[in-house]
Formats: sequence, C-alpha cells, structure tokens
Amino acid sequence: MKISLSWLSQYTAIRKSPPEIAEGLTRAGIAVDAVVDRFGYLDSVRVGRIVELSPHPSAPRLTVCRVETGEDRPRTIVCGAPRLRIGLLAPAALPGTVLPDGTPIAETSVRGVPSEGMLCSAGELGLGADRDGLLELPAGLPVGEALHRALGLSDPVFELDLTPNRGDCLSLIGVAREVAALQGTRLRLPRVRLTETGPPVTECAAVAIEAPLACPRYVARVVEGVTVGPSPFWLQERLLSVGMRPINNIVDVTNFVMLECGQPLHAFDLDRLAASRIVVRTARAGERFVTLDGKERTLEEGMLLICDGRAPVAVAGVMGGLDSEIRGETTRVLIESACFEAGSVRRTSKRLGLPTEASRRFEKGVDPTETVRAADRAAQLMAEIAGGRIARGVIDVHPRPWRPQPIRLDLERTARFLGVAFPKSRIRGLLRAIGFEVAPGASRRELQVTPPPFRPDIARPEDLAEEIARLAGFDEIPVTLPVLPAAGVRPFAREELRRRLREILNGLGFSEVITYSFIDARDGERLGLPAQDPRRHPVALLNPIAEDQSVLRTSLLPGLLHTLRFNLDQQNRRVKIFEVGKVFLPRQGAELPAEPERLAGLWSGPRAILSWHERETPCDFFDLKGTLEALLDALHIPEVRFAALADAACDVTRPGRSAAIVAAGEPLGIVGEIHPRVRSAFDLKPEAFVFEIDLEILEGHLGGLRHRQRVPRFPAAVRDLTVILDAGIEAQAVRETLLQEGPSWMERAVLIDVFSGPPIPPGQRSLTFRITYRSEERTLEDAAVNAAHAEMTARVLARFGGRLPG
Amino acid sequence: MDAELRGIEQETLKEIEAARGNREALQALQVRVLGRKGLLTQLLRSIAALAPEKRPEAGREANRVKERLASALEAALRDCEAAARPAERIDVTLPGRMEPRGRLHPITRVTEEICAIFSQMGFERVEGPEVEKDYYNFEALNIPKNHPARDMQDTFFVSADVVLRTHTSPLQVRTMERRRPPVRVIAPGRVFRRDSDQTHTPMFHQVEGLWVDESVSFGDLKGTLTAFVRRMFDEETALRFRPSFFPFTEPSAEVDIRCVICRGAGCRVCKETGWLEILGSGMVHPAVFENVGYESGRYSGFAFGLGVERVAMLKYGIDDLRRFFENDLRFLAQF
Repeated sequence: MKISLSWLSQYTAIRKSPPEIAEGLTRAGIAVDAVVDRFGYLDSVRVGRIVELSPHPSAPRLTVCRVETGEDRPRTIVCGAPRLRIGLLAPAALPGTVLPDGTPIAETSVRGVPSEGMLCSAGELGLGADRDGLLELPAGLPVGEALHRALGLSDPVFELDLTPNRGDCLSLIGVAREVAALQGTRLRLPRVRLTETGPPVTECAAVAIEAPLACPRYVARVVEGVTVGPSPFWLQERLLSVGMRPINNIVDVTNFVMLECGQPLHAFDLDRLAASRIVVRTARAGERFVTLDGKERTLEEGMLLICDGRAPVAVAGVMGGLDSEIRGETTRVLIESACFEAGSVRRTSKRLGLPTEASRRFEKGVDPTETVRAADRAAQLMAEIAGGRIARGVIDVHPRPWRPQPIRLDLERTARFLGVAFPKSRIRGLLRAIGFEVAPGASRRELQVTPPPFRPDIARPEDLAEEIARLAGFDEIPVTLPVLPAAGVRPFAREELRRRLREILNGLGFSEVITYSFIDARDGERLGLPAQDPRRHPVALLNPIAEDQSVLRTSLLPGLLHTLRFNLDQQNRRVKIFEVGKVFLPRQGAELPAEPERLAGLWSGPRAILSWHERETPCDFFDLKGTLEALLDALHIPEVRFAALADAACDVTRPGRSAAIVAAGEPLGIVGEIHPRVRSAFDLKPEAFVFEIDLEILEGHLGGLRHRQRVPRFPAAVRDLTVILDAGIEAQAVRETLLQEGPSWMERAVLIDVFSGPPIPPGQRSLTFRITYRSEERTLEDAAVNAAHAEMTARVLARFGGRLPG
Repeated sequence: MDAELRGIEQETLKEIEAARGNREALQALQVRVLGRKGLLTQLLRSIAALAPEKRPEAGREANRVKERLASALEAALRDCEAAARPAERIDVTLPGRMEPRGRLHPITRVTEEICAIFSQMGFERVEGPEVEKDYYNFEALNIPKNHPARDMQDTFFVSADVVLRTHTSPLQVRTMERRRPPVRVIAPGRVFRRDSDQTHTPMFHQVEGLWVDESVSFGDLKGTLTAFVRRMFDEETALRFRPSFFPFTEPSAEVDIRCVICRGAGCRVCKETGWLEILGSGMVHPAVFENVGYESGRYSGFAFGLGVERVAMLKYGIDDLRRFFENDLRFLAQF
C-alpha cells in the first residue's frame, strides 16, 4: 500500500517530518519499507531556456529548438508545441527520463533532425491537465535546475508493508487515524453532502441477496445522466500519487473512494443490467463468465456472484464483468457498496488466481458500518465530476447487521502480561485515539472496551494489550529476565551423537555439507535401485518448484553425488564430504512418513593433498573403510565387522567392492565404490566411494565410554606369521580364527602384508600377521610363546588348508 | 689397593678430559685402562690375592670404578662420533605432511552457537518432523484454512493435509501437547517455503523458542531476546522491538538489530534503514493455549523464531543465500 503525504494531509494535520512519521508508524506496527519522493522522476527534467528557433526543414508543424539546460552546450530538441519563443523557460526532459505515463525519453531523430530530449507540457509531466502547449515556467527560475527542486515539488510517498491483520490500513483514512494517534492530531473525515435530484432509487433498480452468509450487506445507489470522460486533474493526481492509473471519471471515483475509506466499490452500467436487478447468489459448478480483463472464467460451485436479472455480472468482491462495465456511452450508473464475507472472497480469488485491489481488502475484512457512507461519497463525487443526478434514496439490503462486541479488560492481568502497569487514564487515551470506545468496567480494576467495526482483528484482552503496548511503544516496556531454576538442562542424546560424528569426521578430513531435503524424482532410478526398493517410492510434492526438487530424499547419496558433481565443475578434485540428515520413507497407513536419520560420506579424488611427500594416488575403498573404522572405533562401537555384499544386493555400489557395515551382528549401513552405471547416470568421471549408515541403529550400539582395561605392565612378545592360502579366503576370517585359536594371552593380530605373485602360485596369496603376546601376570618366556605360536599356526593351517612359505 | 683404585680413577678421568674430541687417544686410553691387559683389569686380578674378608669390599669398589670409567669413556667416544658426523641438514621450510581438518557447515556452526546460548539460559532442545500435518503447521497455530496469514508463507504440499513445515513453530504445539508448564524449549531445524531467488531458498533453517509458565511477561520476552542478541553479536548491539503480526502470538514483535554492516548509517544490506530484522516473536496466543489444553488465564508465555541463514550471513558477511546449499568446498573451507 502506498500513501502519499499530500493526500494523507487531507485527513489530519501533518506535524512531523516524513522520516519521523515513517519511524513512528513502523514502531507502531505499520512497517514503512521506504519513503520515496514521487516527483523523483523529475530529477532529469531540467529548467530549459529556448535560445534559438528554426523551422524544421521537412515538417512544417515542427520547430527545431536550441535549449539551454545548464550543460556545456545547448541541446537540440525538436518540438511540435505552439507559441514557442526565444527566452521562454520550459521543462526539458533529458534522455533517460521516464514520464509518469511510462514514456521513456531517448535521443532520437525526428524526420531527419536529431532531437536530444523533449520539451514537455504539464500533462506529459503529470503536473496538470494541459497537454496542448508547453508548461511555461516563471521567468527567474535557475536554468538547468531539476524541475522538482526549481518548483519546490515534493510529495513523499510511504510504502507500507502491511501485516494481514491490518486491513483497516489499506486506506488513507485508516493510515491517517494511526498518524493522528502518533502525532496527537485530530482525524478529519470528509463530509458527504448529497443533492438527490433523480427519481426514487427503488424505481431505478432492485437488489436481492440469496446468500446472506457470504453477503451480509449490499448497498446500491444510482446516478443518472452522467457523462463519462477523463477525470479532472486533481482526481487523476490523487490516484497517481499512490500508484493507481486513472481510467475514466466514474471508475476513478470508485477507486478514489476505495483508497480513501477502504470500501471497494463497483460501478455497473445500469442500462446493461437485465431487469435493472442485482441478485447476489452462489455459482453453479461449471458456470462461465467473462471478467473485466476479457478472460473467460469457469466458476466453481459456491463462488459468490453478482448477477442481474439474467446472468452473472461480477465475481463478488473480486472483479466485475466485461458486459456491464462503464463505457463511453454509459449514462446511468449503479454503484455497488457491499460487504462480502472474507473467507468466501479469499477462496474465490485464490481459486481463480485473481488477486485484485478489491479482494485484498475484502479478505481482510472491511468496515460493515461504512457501506452506505462510501456509496454516498461516490454518488456525490460522480454527480460533481460527471454531471449526473443522484437518484433519491439508497438501497440497503442488510440481512446481518454488525454488532459491537465489548471486551472486559482486567488491568492487573494486563500489567502482569505486559510487564508494566500503565495508568488507566493512559490506556483510555491510547485506545480512544484509534477509535476504540472505552467505558468503566464492572470494577475499578477493569475497563470495558469496544473495538470499532473496522478492527475485526480485535477480539480478546490480549489483542487490547497489544494495541496498548504498540501505541505506548514497545520501548516503554521494561526489560526483565525471568528467574531460572538451577536444575540445568537435559542434553538431547541424538544431537550429542551428531556432534561427535561431525567432530570425528572433521578430524578425519571430511567437511560437512547440507543439501536439500528434496531431490530429483529421477534420482532413485539414477541410483540404480530396483523398482520395488522402498527408496524408489519417495514422498512426492504436489507443487514442486522444479523437477529436480520434486520428491523427498530416501537416501543422502543423491545429494552427495550432486555435490560432488558441482565441486568437480568448480575444479575441486579432492572431495571428502559428509552429511547428517533425515530421509523420508512413506509408511503404510500413516499420514506422515517415517523420518529416519542418516549419516553419509563420500570420498573422491586423491588420497592425500598434493604435496612433495608422495606421488599423487587416487583414494580407494580402504581409505573410506578406514575412515569408518576410525569413526566407529572413536565411538566405541563393539564388534564391528565388514561383510562382503553379495552381488545381487549391490545397487548403488559396485559388485565386488561393497560391504555391509555390521555391529554386533546388526547391519548399520553400507560402504563401497559407486557403481560405474550410477557414476555415468550422475555424469561423474572419477571413481567415488561412499558410505551411508542409519543413526538410530548406530545409537543402539553406543556403549558409552567405559574404563575397560588396565594399561599393560609386562613386556610383549611379538611374532610374525605368514601363511599362504587360497586367495578367496577372507582375511577377516583368518584373523578371527587366530584370535580364537591363540592362547588367552594373545593380545592382538594385525595384518601387515598381503602378497600374491611369484613365487606364490596363482589363485593363492600370502597373509602376514604381526601377533602380539602379552601376559598380565608375568614376563613371557620365549619357549612358551614359541610353543603357543606354533600350535596356533598349525590350527590355522589345518582350518584353511594353507601352508607356510619356503 | 684402595688408594691405587682411586688413583687410576682420578688419573683416567683427567686423561679422558684431556683427550676429549680425540678419538684415537680415547680408544688408546680405553685399551690401556680397561683392555684385557689394562691397568684396571690387572688390578682386579690382584683382588684374588687379598685376605678373604677384604675381597668383597675391594671387589665392589673395583667394579664401581670400572663401570664409571667405562661409561665416561663411551660417552666421550659418542661425543666424538656425533662431532665427526654432523646431522644431515633439512630444509625446514618444506611443507609438513598433513591432512587438512574438515569443516563444519556454517549453518551447523551458527545453529550450535544459538542453541548453546539458549541452553545456558535453561532452554531444552526438542525436535520434530519436517513433513508435518497441516494441523500442527497451521490450524493449531491459529491459522485456519483460507486465512490471509497463509499467504505469508508459500507452502509445499504433500497432500491436502500434509505439508513440508513452513516454520519450526509446530514444535510449540507438539511440545505443549506432551508437557505441562513450565515449558522452556528450543527447536532448531529445516523449514521449507515455495520460494526460490537470490534472497530465498526453498529450504532454510530456523530456531524456535518457547517459554511458558505462570506469569511470563512481555518484559521477559524482551529481556531474554535482548540477552540472546547481545551474546550472539556483541554487548553493544542496539535492538528495536517493533509490533508485528503472527497469528499465533499476541502481541507480536519483530526484533531488529542495528545494522552490523553500517552501524545504522544506512547501507545496501539494511536497505538504508539502519536496522536488520533478525527475529519474530510474541506472547503465545490464547487460541494456541486452548488448542493444547492449557488454561490461558493461568499460563502465559512467549515464543520466538529466528532464521539461521540470516544470522550466518550477518556474522560471516555472506551476500548470497544460495552459497549455503551449493556446498562448494572452497566456500566451506573458510569456516
């Protein structure tokens, strides 16, 4: 909503500066986004002096002028205006200017003669009605000065960002009321004086409301014998000052009154209303209607319509119809001033995709007691401007009159609620200033407050508390700190886990990313998931912004793969990232999907940062597996194993290079190389390794930190064991057998070498373990260690059918 | 015997000192004193000739001297070697071996910071679903269907009654349904609005706060949020509480801070106003209390919500919201 100071000042005296008013309104809850001088466009319109005149060589009606504009040389401007003379001061619009009607001024050539600007009439500049001759400026104005400065033209316009509860401020009077309260000035309402010289209105038209719930009131007035034409300058100027385009005198009056008091009006050509009747009813499904903008609309059942004796003529509170609009030849006007129920107008305007000035006001609630006054005001102005006769009387069909709803305001409660006790007299003064009635309450500690009809947002004592607080100023409410119990705050276990995961992964060189919760509907397919996989059946959005953000993710991997893609495009080759977040899986019979939380990581590119220490090598499966081992170890997850994933179970990851991550027999997730097919689906060239684990399952394995073992006191004995086995035997199985078969004082077995190739026959490989033996009671004897080591070696060989080297 | 031992000890120590740095001399000395036919070795042999009762005492003393001289000689020889073979020089300016530490996403960083401040103020963390029932996202928050306030937030729908939550405020209702006052919670999380341009991403993050108890006042709201803002930014930050409108609070207040970029002089970031909107807040609306079955006459409380991206942009001087979700590693590496 735009409010010009010049118009605003018609309703209250202006005592404060525009910035003060803007700040004051903002602090009272009516946010002023900007204050802009509406004559700003005159910045590039200069006071020009004609210094030379010559006839246009090829156009007898045009003159070539040389005009001084305060620049280093006079400009050549071709002009068609009469009564030009040397020495005349006139507005010269320089190239770059945009006139109020939208015309841009540029350097051009008029029938062969270059023209470097335009000499303007008052009408062209939006400064008057005259469009015939140049705006002759008083002698003595400084040549070259910007026109608005030279003429002292200034009209600050406040751009309001209104909250939906303040429908009353969608009008000049509504804002003036707030400004008056702010300044302590009086609100001056326009006086309406009607001279009714036409026939009785009931002989001109009739109104029937068939849908009283959606239309609590319908008021009509008739003006006969009008001449439709352009509005007078003052009216055009008022509309222009708040950014509304003038159309014709009748329509301009309805807009003027709407802007003035907030009541949307509609003017019908009465002669085009069949049977001179207005019927307010709801639409039948599929009914069709052509609105003012020339579009045919299909209506839905229940939409409120204004009809004549035959067919719809307007969508109530939204837009009128093309057939009954005011035309040049219109002479009889029916003015509609009605109340339509807010929800009904809003639904209709939404369904039709048709937000209008009228619907914006109706859906926030208009003052049901101003209906007649608005019609009167419009009739008066039309008669004055368009020269008509006002029919006698007003049609006022009013099935549901407005009733005041007084509110009991408990002063003590209000003081407790706000944290400050305002004196009763102050409260009374604040509320009365914005039109509330304040009467004594049932006791001394109470007031009875009746909100005015233009404030349907006020219904409870808390609403009144807000009015009091905002009018007094939030600054008047003292800052207090509530008392805290010393009990402390329970930590949120899941967040503690996330924090540890992030910390550990950061330490391992992985950076956190955050990707959108919605992904491309095709990502499930790109991941190579089988059709029946639940991850292929995501929660879909009904109204996505884009196809690549149309379903909710069922895995964090697409987000990581897209992030890798993006980083490769930025030439970031070494990508080590992870994300913690929810995925969304539909649940049978439940309204809301399950939202399990996942942790996923990705590593692609070189193993180490580029350096002189080693040659660059790409990362591999074991780099990422190592990351997971370190992560799970740091979390003290017991009994972690990695189990090769059967080829049939591999989808996102590559068969033969995929593993399930298992803790105490329960799968936590998977780790593996991205399947080449998935890589190409995501348009990725380099290999990438990923893992994804479920946080809830992981959480179940957190043992908490325990002090488990004493730090050893006796020295260890170390023996290496190399065995040659079939290459198909998993190292993990061998190691587990070692731990099982070794003596109780075997401490650990670390795989330190894997070798295949000559002299080892094809299909076999050698595994070398470094085994540490240590007793908690004594220093071990060599002989005992050797015996145990030999015995264990024999058992391992027997178990796996291997042999020793050499 | 004893005197002889002492003599050899003193003499040899002197000679070691004199031969310091001279490898050959030290080796010769070693042979002369400790060698198979050396002075000390011979003396040790003569112990056998002593009276039996004197032997242990003499043996101990002889061994002590032998060990002392042996270790002194060895140390002197080691010094020679070290001096003879200086350490290979390295270029200490060569880069070290390192794996750069990964970084926290700035949104996580700021969320943690916000939550830590409120946690110290006694707020407990709660979380809730990102796909939410219309009831929790709107209805229970006093935003019925067809209310103009629904225009304030463009919504993603999953079905007629299920939406992607447009704010973290559903947690107010979910929390109050489960708990009786006093309630003091903070709820961070992702939220979604159907809006995408330079200043809007369809997903962003909010932190919701709620404090309900007997006689919590608007002054308490001001105090709590003032304390928060000063901890988050700096102690001097000026605040402005400005009346606003949210259907689920009454009164409602928008909290502005003095522009951290221009300090109030007016700049592009604050759109020349000198103020930056940072928080929405207000006293919990009685209709919300009614919806969760709290007696609104008995309890009062305040709620607030703040945009994490907004805070992060101000704190780190980030000018384009979309950077947060592109996850360019060159961007992330700066945090």
